[in-house]
Amino acid sequence: MTWLMVALGAAVGAPLRYLADRFVQARHDSVFPWGTHAANATACLLLGFTAALALPPAVAAFAGTGLLGALSTYSTFGYETYRLARTGARFLAFANAAASIAAGLGAALIGAAIARSITG
Amino acid sequence: MSTGPGRTGATAAQADAPVDPDVDLRSPGQVRELARRPWAVIGAIAAGGAIGATARHAADVLLPHGPGQLPLSTLLVNVSGALLIGALMVAVEARPGARLMRPFLGTGVLGGYTTFSTHVVDVQHLLEAGRPGWALLYLGGTLFGALAAVGIGVAAAEAAVRAARGRGGEHGRKEPR
Repeated sequence: MTWLMVALGAAVGAPLRYLADRFVQARHDSVFPWGTHAANATACLLLGFTAALALPPAVAAFAGTGLLGALSTYSTFGYETYRLARTGARFLAFANAAASIAAGLGAALIGAAIARSITG
Repeated sequence: MSTGPGRTGATAAQADAPVDPDVDLRSPGQVRELARRPWAVIGAIAAGGAIGATARHAADVLLPHGPGQLPLSTLLVNVSGALLIGALMVAVEARPGARLMRPFLGTGVLGGYTTFSTHVVDVQHLLEAGRPGWALLYLGGTLFGALAAVGIGVAAAEAAVRAARGRGGEHGRKEPR
């Protein structure tokens, strides 16, 4: 059951990341990977929220491990950071890593704070 | 056809680097891929994501970690996923005819396998468990491990492509898509 929920959640989360990435990329004209940044930060906000709730295991597997796990990506983030560094945009590579981690952590903390304020 | 107007603005160094694992709208082929075959592309990404996330869940089951412990499974997943994406993107560049390779393997399988959100919430949980040292080690270890792994994956795959070209194979032909 858990395995199926993980797979189903990811089957939703991965295409959502692709579509969100296209949506964001179509609205800016720079080499900075804003699409992945936005998908990762959004997933951190929502996972911070869901992880702070006492969800049933099947729901946690679908939403947390599956959907929000696959909405975010470390491989694309790592590759984009590597590519920025390799094409000479060292500052942008550093900025991408720093901004992704800072935004992700901040978003996760806000998500957890919202969940805890709701549940008391 | 192979080099559209979107590419001409890129520097020589950018043109030399492989395309983006998710989607790069500076690449004309990727701009069109969704309109041309929407359900094939979305379906490939969904199926790949399900496979990748299942593999990540298997790593969690094999290497469980309690609160305040180093999440070794997620670290290994993210670093190994970075190694594979480096190799994959060189292969994508070398095989422009395999149009679903990047969406299925890159966006789907490796995107679903690796996770940024779980990594970040792991860091949050280590901090909340009173383990700032472990949190920093996990954060830095994953970041530098993944960046080094991408470089190793790219270098290994480029060496393999050069070897294939040396044998006179057309597979090594470089053509941006």
